[in-house]
Amino acid sequence: MDAKDKVLDKYSAKVYKNRKAHILEVGQAPEEQEIAANTRSIPGIMTNRGCCYAGCKGVVIGPLKDTLTIVHGPIGCSYYAWGTRRNKARADEGSFTQYCFSTDLQETDIVFGGEKKLRQAIKEGLELFKPRALMICSTCPVGLIGDDIHAVASETEAEYGIPCIAFSCEGYKGVSQSAGHHIANNGIMRKVIGTGDKIPRVKHSVNLLGEYNIGGDGWETERLLKRVGYDVIAVLTGDGSYEDLTKADRAELNLVQCHRSINYIAEMMKTKFGTDWVKVNFIGIDASIQSLRDVAEYFGDEELKKRTEEVIEDELAEIAEERDYYREKLTGKTAALYVGGSRSHHYQYLLKDFGVKTVLAGHEFAHRDDYEGRRVIPDIKEDADSKNIESITVEPDKERYEDKYTEAEREKLRKVIPLEDYKGIIPDMEAGGVVVDDLNHYETEAFLAELKPDIFLSGVKDKYILQKSGAVSRQLHSYDYSGPYAGFRGAINFARDIAMGIYAPAWKYVTPPWKTEPVLQAAFVNDTPEPETADAADAPKESEVTNA
Amino acid sequence: MLDLTPKGEYERTALRINPCKTCQPVGAMYAALGVHGCMPYSHGSQGCASYHRTFLSRHFKEPAIAATSSFTEGASVFGGGSNLRTGARNVFDVYNPEIIAVHTTCLSETIGDDMNAYIQDLDIPEGKHVIHTNTPSYVGSHINGYFNMMSGFIRYLSAKSEIHNGRVAVFPGFVNPGDMREIRRMAKAMKTPITLFPDTSGVMDAPMTGHFAMYPQGGTPLGDVIGLGDCMKTIALGELTSEEPAIELERKCGVDYDLLPLPIGIDATDRFLMTLAKSFNRDVPYELEEERGQLVDVMLDAHFYLVGKRVAIFGDPDTVIGLTAFALELGLVPAYVLTGTPGERFDRRVKKLLAAAGVDEETVRVKSSGDLFELHQWMMDAPVDLMIGTSYGKQIAKALDVPFVRAGFPILDRYAHPYFPIVGYRGALRLFEQIANAVMDRQDRDCADEDLEVVM
Repeated sequence: MDAKDKVLDKYSAKVYKNRKAHILEVGQAPEEQEIAANTRSIPGIMTNRGCCYAGCKGVVIGPLKDTLTIVHGPIGCSYYAWGTRRNKARADEGSFTQYCFSTDLQETDIVFGGEKKLRQAIKEGLELFKPRALMICSTCPVGLIGDDIHAVASETEAEYGIPCIAFSCEGYKGVSQSAGHHIANNGIMRKVIGTGDKIPRVKHSVNLLGEYNIGGDGWETERLLKRVGYDVIAVLTGDGSYEDLTKADRAELNLVQCHRSINYIAEMMKTKFGTDWVKVNFIGIDASIQSLRDVAEYFGDEELKKRTEEVIEDELAEIAEERDYYREKLTGKTAALYVGGSRSHHYQYLLKDFGVKTVLAGHEFAHRDDYEGRRVIPDIKEDADSKNIESITVEPDKERYEDKYTEAEREKLRKVIPLEDYKGIIPDMEAGGVVVDDLNHYETEAFLAELKPDIFLSGVKDKYILQKSGAVSRQLHSYDYSGPYAGFRGAINFARDIAMGIYAPAWKYVTPPWKTEPVLQAAFVNDTPEPETADAADAPKESEVTNA
Repeated sequence: MLDLTPKGEYERTALRINPCKTCQPVGAMYAALGVHGCMPYSHGSQGCASYHRTFLSRHFKEPAIAATSSFTEGASVFGGGSNLRTGARNVFDVYNPEIIAVHTTCLSETIGDDMNAYIQDLDIPEGKHVIHTNTPSYVGSHINGYFNMMSGFIRYLSAKSEIHNGRVAVFPGFVNPGDMREIRRMAKAMKTPITLFPDTSGVMDAPMTGHFAMYPQGGTPLGDVIGLGDCMKTIALGELTSEEPAIELERKCGVDYDLLPLPIGIDATDRFLMTLAKSFNRDVPYELEEERGQLVDVMLDAHFYLVGKRVAIFGDPDTVIGLTAFALELGLVPAYVLTGTPGERFDRRVKKLLAAAGVDEETVRVKSSGDLFELHQWMMDAPVDLMIGTSYGKQIAKALDVPFVRAGFPILDRYAHPYFPIVGYRGALRLFEQIANAVMDRQDRDCADEDLEVVM
């Protein structure tokens, strides 16, 4: 039995049949391999997935710093998304990301409807804060009781003259956070992008899509891009703002970092504004170099290309010594990766930079194209759950549509750069590597035992399970409160953190000496102290007795 | 930090800003983790379980296991019965717990899933249990979820047999494993056998051994949960947290209860020990008397650093009541006392404490159903010398540059705190040290060089 079969063996027939399709071992012809993805998690199987609301508010809308986002629902949903995702933001006048807003619905609101309270909450929010824009995110019960948040949003716009966008991102929609990304993308596309002044497109300008500035990754990526000479118009949405989003159509090119969460906007901007997009990855040294070169290639400007090489050379020189040091410390180690969207792919590059091989990679909420590449998109069958998520179509904007290149020129570019393409995770993995969709707790433990990776990069729900099992475990959602990990300097931060985990002195003390060394010595019976008489409070618990 | 917060008060009736509470299910999950061999189970959308597990892991820096019904839109329309059936079967199959403790969510509550009926229909393996409680997120707070889950266990499991088991049931309130250990240690020192329920020690502070145990050594054994019905009486600690389950146990098994505040500070700890002593007709041992004396000793040693300092206290109701009582014992002056959990009983309890300490209640802002946004606004208006509360308070502490002592739930930004008690004399001694250090560090930081005291 290989690792996959061993792991699946414990499941009942029904669960086995389901989970089998979500796990594959990369073979010699990965282009022929198919994986099941973006389908329901099985009730009772401890999935790491979150909900639609988490994808919409938590991921895409949450980072906007000039926008007051009211979560319409009971208190928890807003509370859990308060300052917990490390999407850093800087704003001289203050940032809404430090705040948590909720209608804190009570039982009477659930019974009689919550719209009135929402309207009042909006009034209070606007009077207190005077935000640039207002967003409303709904939660499970709101969808069930039928509050019309979109009508409230329209009323708000009419009454207060402020942009107001409602997102029906109830937690039960779709099968994971992914549905929420899509809903957020739709709202932003419909109501925000391209509503700014129609200034001429800025030469060599880009948007950074799907970069949420976790641990400052976005800032580090921006620093590199600006060094080369690009103008970054908008970042979606790390350290992002409503204001910047309105101007995003003025950029010449979209750079897509996290394909899963934002490819909808990239696609729609292509149709509506003619903006091309390329897939980039600024996680990893070689990956960052490649991405910088790809972007320069897109613009085809010799001066940019020259500058790109200078920046690469300079950044490499800056990290050369530390790079060698950590490479020596980490080469030969193996890693398992389980994160949300694209990181399980991106971080393989970064690990490879330091000689670490990835033996397992999985996504929480990917679709088949994230595994197998965009070529499979036409073959993906819609199911009941995905059909419930609105897919909007956009038309070319007569005023703002601009093609940079002809189709023939684009075709030429496609041969050398990932223009409107993403090849997915599987082609980049070595044969024998395991790919798992919606990896659950049991499989995490089981694969850990089978594959024995030295490092397991996952989220906080797994982290302590893995660590307790003796594996080095770092959170790849929050970077264990470190970062940035993007770009050249970020790569060193990452390597330092991984090395720190592996070489932490505390590992030496896991096993106490008396477990390996005898402590009992011969003694006269009379010398041995009598154990104290145990009273009821001292008595071992029933569980200890039964376990013994 | 918090630069958008305007000065001046503003009456809000609908918008909650920077809450000081969260929703019921996470409390239910935490309580369920305090029963040995138990798998908490969230009947709702999987995002709830994900958020709650994450939240608990961030506070305790420990695994927090829980399964979910993984509702989709279909289940939300047709009901979650089949999700629960599949879910429970899979949990028993794959994770093999002794018991599954189901709590609802705002989703399953709003569609009106009949949990009693669903659970009666389940195919439960021989010797295993499934219990449930209703935890609508739109009622109360995580505190309600905690006590509702306790009541759920009692309702389903606790039974009265012919004989007393010679124990007193102690309900510890919503506290850390370190507090639960301390309560057990005190009872042990008293030689008074207790059943602590729930008991997350050994679960949410499990040691590093190189092996992950899904059901670690700790937790109230199932047999003891059943045996609650045979206890001589219940000592319910935390008036707003533990009374409901105490009533439930009285109703079901006729076990009387004494309702006491969380044993935070001297007076409340005295009351707890006196109650234990009287229940068993035992003396309080010298070991504990010594601890008490040591605490009073340092309180006198350093009183001149603390007496008269204005303090803001915020967090969960019973914790805040306990911290306020101790603050008053230290001679601190509570300026703001706030909880996010609704219930005017909180206001009454705090005002009673203030009155007993001779503090004019007009000089103190006491509020239940409050939030940290208004606390910030109050503090902008009339500052304090010290804040005691949960992690989110750090924003205000940074914005207004106020010394800050972390206590309560959640503390997401520090390590090791769940191991240390704030209950009992030992817990109070630790709190005292933290409070005094915060105030004295501030004096060191702010004083002129010529005023820096090497001896204080």
